[in-house]
Amino acid sequence: MLEPKSVREVQEVVNTASTAMLIRGGGTKTALSTSSGNETVIDLSNLSGILEYRPEEFTFTALSGTSLKNITEMLSENGQWLPFDPPMAKIGATIGGTLATGLSGPGRYRFGGARDFVLGVEWVSSAGEILSGGAQVVKNVAGFDFPKLMIGSLGRFGIISEITLKVFPKMNSFGTVEWDCGDIDGAVGFVKEMTRTPIDLFAIDLESNGIVRARLGGLATTLNNRLARLSEYREGAKIILGDVELDLWEHLREFLWLPDDYSLIKVPITPDLIPQLDACLTDGQSQRKYSVGGNVAWIGWPGTTQEVDTILSGLGLGGLLIIGSPETSWLGTSSTITIFADKVKRAFDPEGRFLPL
Amino acid sequence: MFTDFVDELSKMLAGDQLLTAKSELIPYESDGLTAFKALPRAVVLPEQQSEVVDIVQLCHRYSVPFVARGSGTSLSGGSLPNTDGIVIGLNRLNRILSLDAEQRIAVVESGVINKNVSDAAHPYGLYYAPDPSSQAVCTIGGNVAFNSGGAHCLKYGMTSNHVMGIKAVLPDGNLVELGGSSLENVGPDLVGLFVGSEGLFGIALEITLRLLPIPETYRTVLAAYPSMELAGDAVAAVVASGLLPGAMEIMDNLTVRAVEESVKAGYPIDAGAVLIVELEGEASAVEEEFRDLQEIISKSGAYNVRSARDETERNLIWKGRKGAFGALGKISPAYIVQDGVVPRNQLGAALAEIDSLSQEYGVRVANVFHAGDGNLHPNVLFDNREDGMLEKAEALASEIVKMCVRRGGAITGEHGVGMEKRHLMTDMFSDQDINQMLKLTNEFDPKGIANSGKMFPADRVRGI
Ligand SMILES: Cc1cc2nc3c(=O)[nH]c(=O)nc-3n(C[C@H](O)[C@H](O)[C@H](O)COP(=O)(O)OP(=O)(O)OC[C@H]3O[C@@H](n4cnc5c(N)ncnc54)[C@H](O)[C@@H]3O)c2cc1C
Ligand SMILES: Cc1cc2nc3c(=O)[nH]c(=O)nc-3n(C[C@H](O)[C@H](O)[C@H](O)COP(=O)(O)OP(=O)(O)OC[C@H]3O[C@@H](n4cnc5c(N)ncnc54)[C@H](O)[C@@H]3O)c2cc1C
Repeated sequence: MLEPKSVREVQEVVNTASTAMLIRGGGTKTALSTSSGNETVIDLSNLSGILEYRPEEFTFTALSGTSLKNITEMLSENGQWLPFDPPMAKIGATIGGTLATGLSGPGRYRFGGARDFVLGVEWVSSAGEILSGGAQVVKNVAGFDFPKLMIGSLGRFGIISEITLKVFPKMNSFGTVEWDCGDIDGAVGFVKEMTRTPIDLFAIDLESNGIVRARLGGLATTLNNRLARLSEYREGAKIILGDVELDLWEHLREFLWLPDDYSLIKVPITPDLIPQLDACLTDGQSQRKYSVGGNVAWIGWPGTTQEVDTILSGLGLGGLLIIGSPETSWLGTSSTITIFADKVKRAFDPEGRFLPL
Repeated sequence: MFTDFVDELSKMLAGDQLLTAKSELIPYESDGLTAFKALPRAVVLPEQQSEVVDIVQLCHRYSVPFVARGSGTSLSGGSLPNTDGIVIGLNRLNRILSLDAEQRIAVVESGVINKNVSDAAHPYGLYYAPDPSSQAVCTIGGNVAFNSGGAHCLKYGMTSNHVMGIKAVLPDGNLVELGGSSLENVGPDLVGLFVGSEGLFGIALEITLRLLPIPETYRTVLAAYPSMELAGDAVAAVVASGLLPGAMEIMDNLTVRAVEESVKAGYPIDAGAVLIVELEGEASAVEEEFRDLQEIISKSGAYNVRSARDETERNLIWKGRKGAFGALGKISPAYIVQDGVVPRNQLGAALAEIDSLSQEYGVRVANVFHAGDGNLHPNVLFDNREDGMLEKAEALASEIVKMCVRRGGAITGEHGVGMEKRHLMTDMFSDQDINQMLKLTNEFDPKGIANSGKMFPADRVRGI
């Protein structure tokens, strides 16, 4: 395993690698960053550090191997944060790995996901060049949006070396209202009703057993009134506050609910399809969480993922294996490579020096 | 060759869908940037998505360049025709295909007018957030091509942040579907790449948009300052306070006077600068934030502060801002709307530099801008009937954007590169960066027929 400490060293590694290059941030997304044996593994955890942080600009630039934990701490000292709740910070995820996988947590609901916060990227190309896209200002449309392309690119187009993100003022207090809607149909129905509420929900998640949780964030002075108002939407509301509340969302963001040895699969979805998907998964030992207002399903799955692949294909859904054995990352419809993606791959990696799409 | 091509077109389209007479082509010879003009050889007006696909395939077969056109409001010459090609006008592709209020998703054809989406969503308490000042005329397809912004992009982002799926025909005639109806995605963000590609990757046919609940309350404040600098400092103070307004806009004295002459929005005409700050969201939270905002503004050196008491007053404040470009047209025979971005802490210094450049060139500049995100719109006013004035104005406009880049900013925040700024791309990107962009266009458009000649420096592109 190669561990470059500078962008220059990353270039050298690229220039000399003789097998397909697998890039690794912190290795948290095991299905995506574990080598099956033949690749040149490039570990970027030493390519870390904040290059620039201007709190008054609400932007920062960091090397890609910088841990989310360091970033979060730095921002927090200045009353700022990344409101999309980047997952797996506690277990060592890097900013590069998070963006390359395109992962956001429950907070994506309110202000957008990783893709909506990236302003600029620099990467080392398959030819060993340092390329860049975007800019370091919060608004810019010059040239193609390569920063967004790199979101979710899984190291297939280049090795991200540097990232500029915008940040937001941190909300200083949170509270959650929980309802038991009986079953998944009840929960989906209620979430659809709640997505049109004028109350600014920070997050809204649901579970197979019918539990719906809506989170509010903002000024402490108004929070209680807002929670009370939110509670009135449905009978049986339970208000959760304080550390219990923080732990609850951390549990989701960090996938602490995922049993050991389970695979973790991400499936983009719309609320309407959730009951069908959930029904297909009730047999066996799977665990499901539906986040971002029912726009993503997180599936915890024991054993091989073939069955999930079949189920997703049947429903016309696509998924990505995040944690698990590295053989099959793309599940369901996402395993079909579109002409469009193929053309992008040819433009970025004509010789296939990174892993295939 | 071209006659064969037109023959085939005429077989697939009705008579009123194919324009070839010069008199019919003239309305298409330029867009919102009227300094550039080029007459296309034909204009086609497809009514069905399948017709667009057929037309593009035909263009590919005959190697005929095409330029997609929505409403032609581009301010960077994005929809300027090629003299050896055709214009594909998309205004008739204007159906809202579905509006799913419960899941807050709208699927629209690319020729749908931006504002019509919000109007259709309104009965459900929803709206489409990106609001370019041209929203009553510009199309979603044009917005997607340019990743257009608007006054309210500070909190919720630009077009790109609201597009979930795109169906498009690539320049080689392939039909692709990118993204879907979910807010989430796995794999590379191809939708994100398509948005802002300025028509170089082909034509968007159908676009899936995310709708938002209409904010429960707005609080709109108009503050007048003796100088631009103080207004700029006020913006910095609001940003630093942690408040997250929906919009923060500044206009300078020249603009304020022009606005008052044409729309009478009640702006103080002696103001060195006028600042609009708007808070939006849930009533109780907004009221609390409004108290904080008033406190900040009261300490910021404003000599006249007005808060809209009702929707009518709010609309009046916005009428002035949204009518600013039109108003400038009344005080100057011609003007260039410039669009550049600087880091927010450079606003004051950048404005001072624009002022001194304006004096140096002896050309007036009226500033209107999205202050909250450092997006400047210096409008260079000139008389196009005077010899050499256009060139002088263009030189000043270029100088201003170069200054933005020197200060760590960008050559365009929302109007795109188009024709106007292609020579400035090298100020922002290295040769290798530009090569990478060209490699991508080569893959999508091997014949160089889609909006060719745009975005890249003239010596770097083929087909022109
Ligand atoms: C359940 C679990 C528990 C763990 N517990 C611990 C623990 O207790 N202690 C501990 O030290 N570690 C632990 N780990 C491992 C640790 O979390 C990893 O070190 C870390 O998560 C890094 O992951 P990452 O987010 O950087 O992405 P990775 O998983 O490294 O990468 C994700 C994807 O992004 C791509 N990628 C990454 N970086 C780039 C880049 N710069 N450019 C282009 N593509 C890139 C990769 O190729 C891959 O496709 C745990 C992991 C798991 C799954
Ligand atoms: C008074 C005025 C105010 C403005 N205010 C703003 C503002 O606040 N914010 C802002 O961002 N812009 C603003 N603009 C600029 C302009 O309105 C936007 O760029 C708008 O998105 C253009 O839309 P259109 O339909 O007119 O597109 P056109 O001008 O017709 O085309 C723009 C570009 O998009 C391409 N295109 C059009 N349709 C498609 C399609 N379906 N698929 C692929 N490519 C396509 C064209 O080839 C061209 O390159 C303003 C313009 C005016 C005149």
